[in-house]
Amino acid sequence: MTIDSSILSLIVFFPTVGAILLALLPANPTLQKWGALVVTLLTFLFTLHLPAHYQYGLSGYQFEVNVPWIASPAIRYHLGVDGLSMWLVVLSGFLAPLGVLISWRAIDRREKLFYTLFLLQQTAMIGVFVGLDLFLYYGFWEWSLVPMAILIATFGRTDKRAKAALKYFLYAFIPSAILLVGMLWVYAQTGTFDLPMLQQMAASHSISSNQTALWLASLAFLVAFAVKVPVFPLHGWLSDAIFEAPTAAVMVLAGKLGLYSILRFSFGIFPEQSRQIAPLMIALGAIGIAYGALVALVQKDLKRLAAYSTLGHLSFITLGIFSFTVAGIDGGVYQIINHGISGGALFMLLGALYERYGTYDMRELGGVAQKLPWMVTLFVITALSNIGLPGLNGFVGEFLTLSGSLQTIYVAHPMIWTTIATTGVIFGAGYMLWAIQRIFYGGMGRRPDEVSGWDLDAREQVALWPMAVLFVVMGVASPYWMRAIDSFGAGFTNQPAVVNLRTADPHSATNLPGIPVSGTEGGAR
Amino acid sequence: MSSALLSILPEVVLTVTGVLIMLIDPFFAPTASKKALGWLAVLGTLGAAGATLLQLRSHQILVTFSGSIQMDTYSVFFHLLIASSVLLTLLVSLDYFKPGVTSHSGEYFALVLFGSVGMMLMTCSVELLMVFIGLEISSISTYILAGYRKGQATASESSLKYFLLGSFATAFFLYGIALAFGATGTTSLTGIASGLSITAFPTMAFLALAMMLVGLGFKVSAAPFHVWTPDVYQGAPAPVVGLMSTAPKAAVFAVLLRITATTYSSELLHARWVLLIGIISVLSMTIGNLGALLQKDAKRMLAYSSIAHAGYLMVAYTALPADSIAAAAFYTAGYAAMNVGAFAVISQLGGYDEPLRTIDDYRGLAQKHPVLAAALAFFLLSLVGIPFTGGFFGKFYVFNAAIGAGHIWLAVLGLLNSGVACFYYLRLLTALYSRQLGEESAEFEGSSPAAVLAIAGAVLATLLLGIVPGKVLGLAQRGATVQVSRNR
Repeated sequence: MTIDSSILSLIVFFPTVGAILLALLPANPTLQKWGALVVTLLTFLFTLHLPAHYQYGLSGYQFEVNVPWIASPAIRYHLGVDGLSMWLVVLSGFLAPLGVLISWRAIDRREKLFYTLFLLQQTAMIGVFVGLDLFLYYGFWEWSLVPMAILIATFGRTDKRAKAALKYFLYAFIPSAILLVGMLWVYAQTGTFDLPMLQQMAASHSISSNQTALWLASLAFLVAFAVKVPVFPLHGWLSDAIFEAPTAAVMVLAGKLGLYSILRFSFGIFPEQSRQIAPLMIALGAIGIAYGALVALVQKDLKRLAAYSTLGHLSFITLGIFSFTVAGIDGGVYQIINHGISGGALFMLLGALYERYGTYDMRELGGVAQKLPWMVTLFVITALSNIGLPGLNGFVGEFLTLSGSLQTIYVAHPMIWTTIATTGVIFGAGYMLWAIQRIFYGGMGRRPDEVSGWDLDAREQVALWPMAVLFVVMGVASPYWMRAIDSFGAGFTNQPAVVNLRTADPHSATNLPGIPVSGTEGGAR
Repeated sequence: MSSALLSILPEVVLTVTGVLIMLIDPFFAPTASKKALGWLAVLGTLGAAGATLLQLRSHQILVTFSGSIQMDTYSVFFHLLIASSVLLTLLVSLDYFKPGVTSHSGEYFALVLFGSVGMMLMTCSVELLMVFIGLEISSISTYILAGYRKGQATASESSLKYFLLGSFATAFFLYGIALAFGATGTTSLTGIASGLSITAFPTMAFLALAMMLVGLGFKVSAAPFHVWTPDVYQGAPAPVVGLMSTAPKAAVFAVLLRITATTYSSELLHARWVLLIGIISVLSMTIGNLGALLQKDAKRMLAYSSIAHAGYLMVAYTALPADSIAAAAFYTAGYAAMNVGAFAVISQLGGYDEPLRTIDDYRGLAQKHPVLAAALAFFLLSLVGIPFTGGFFGKFYVFNAAIGAGHIWLAVLGLLNSGVACFYYLRLLTALYSRQLGEESAEFEGSSPAAVLAIAGAVLATLLLGIVPGKVLGLAQRGATVQVSRNR
């Protein structure tokens, strides 16, 4: 067993081991915090193994482990990453220690429960990104709901936390139940849960000849994923969940899992159906952008504002990936990472503000810049990254998604939808800058007047500066990330007849289960 | 050892232990602790489990007692399942009865053992009258156990309701046997199977099946024969509910499988009863889940949940015979682990007087009893059907079997139902982890080591069934193969 074949298992299950350890240790706050920090930092270190040893020239899955798990029904323990998922795994590893740091003071009771659940959540999330067997993937997918729901129910901000948690859970769980029917149907047709195999079958149209059933199954997949993203108009849970959830949970609440699943499973198993439904999804994406921005404009509560801003950003990504152009998909994946970092930083800063002034209400804030110079600096940088200022990371992603949606051949007038989407960029800048003005400038607000805040302390600086640096680096040196992402995105072309080139790639063909693959990765290096 | 003795060895061991307990009981002072008798019962159950393993290792199919008992992998599977449920229940009950207050706790342990003799007998009988005897032994013990908290009005109500409706239902089952005898001239299952193809009264034969379905449907609390369930569960002691919602049901499901999937297995009949069971299963899921949504009392909620789970399980019956038997058998195992576990935690938290009634009473318990609350949360998640738990894999396997047989509508309805179900389970779960404490927080009398052991065992079983189901699944599949091949 080499390090390359066990690294993914290590990354996935290390947080769980950490969670078990924390649960067994006494409920001493300091011990729990430091324990969680150490575990998440180590996990992050492990994830860095992936980009360091990734073979960028190749497409297909790397660092694979593929062993039988249950004989009948045929379920395998199959993990692997490719250009799509590698950076998402690293991102999850990166965000976790920051989440711990930012919860340091915000979580002041029941630390043990909090950090245990937080680590379990991380296992589930990373598991979703690396699971290549539908059963295994579904397991992680469902598990990702549980710690999050308990986190919201226990550590929510207001009395409506239990309701918000239930809403979040129900919204995601019921479509997932139908997703399971879809998966079982696919299994009944093909006899396998293995994703690479299913992708091959999809490419050769051999999953089923029943077009109606294929359609229904593809919808079962897509709806479950779209709720989790969320795609407009399935975003009912988002605002309440973000409103209640503690900062560290909000940072990983939306986006990544659903969008990744669409790219991996909807596009992988139902390439044609996904292209046929693209017009609808592009329209929903564009509407979501405009809707999110407009609703964000009128929010008084900063967390709700950030929630609708999140909806807008995620709609951007939906628009990009459903354009089925290389630019759109590359940009979409890049934007998933961007959103994780920029959106995460925004929520961290809002959480820090809340710790100081005990409110997210913009009307009670104002003039904070005089008191907290570091805070305002970082806040402005983060806001600019969220807006998509050229030179920062958001711009690269937005530019690519928009250029992708302009080129798409799946809607009659891509210009119209792209124009609608672009208005979102303008409004986005509007509400962000307006929020900055209302929080940091102008006359002293009621709260800052009463409470003496303190500027970012060393711990918060340590949590926030890596993100700020990443904004710039990812803005000017995007090719470093694009190398891997493009090996995934290049599989999608504008020709509707050609289905997912990646599955026809000779390398990925050798990676089918049952055929020994141990030599292919190590030998080529 | 003679093959006849081997084929009923677990039952013999349990009966002897039970009689022994009854004999020793009078020697104890009425106010003394009867814990020693409980340990004796635990020992007896372990002995029965060992005897079952002996049966398994003999690797043979024994048909004994003039063709009324059949020992095979299938019966071994259910014997082990029943023994495990009974074992966990006994461990939970050891400290449940306070010495002095409940002088009748000695009989309790004997009754549990006698009940399990009946259940085990059902799973290895291939002769309907023998099944009936097993059913009666098991039922009569359960009727008494349901009312074991003497002096409580709900307990008497529970016992009486269960008894009256239960005997009514057994009458239906007996009527079904009579009709089957009329149609085929025999009460042995293999005889009926071969008689069905040449019978001059196919309608009567089908009516016989319908009658038996009514009787057995009552015992597993499948809708529309479920009305007794909430009241009985509410009044019965929590450990008993854990037992009666799992082991006797597993036994009845085993009988039902023998009757439907392997006896009434001709294609024409199959199509007819599949529809019937499909309807019963959809009704059970829907009524169970909608009913549970309205409940404030935690035990009543779990009662409705058990109705719903009977519904999920019956989805398995609609699949192809080999798949359906394995899936249903596995589901009973997963359900037994999590449900016995859930009731074990509830009886630990509540104690004999059960002051924890409504879901609000459970609020904030995670702060006082983090470990017990975590265990209950885990069982609830398994009941919801969250992956990597026995509950999920059971559901997965059942619905996989149904979809494999083309019943996609059943799977859609079933899984949508489990979506509704998560609402009420989570209500209890979020209550456990809520910040405020319940107004009527229970007096906690210190946990009993035996019960903690039982809860840990149930957690482990639920987890293992979800992560490495291979072994149990293999046994269930082997049992299914035996059934299918013998009757083809």
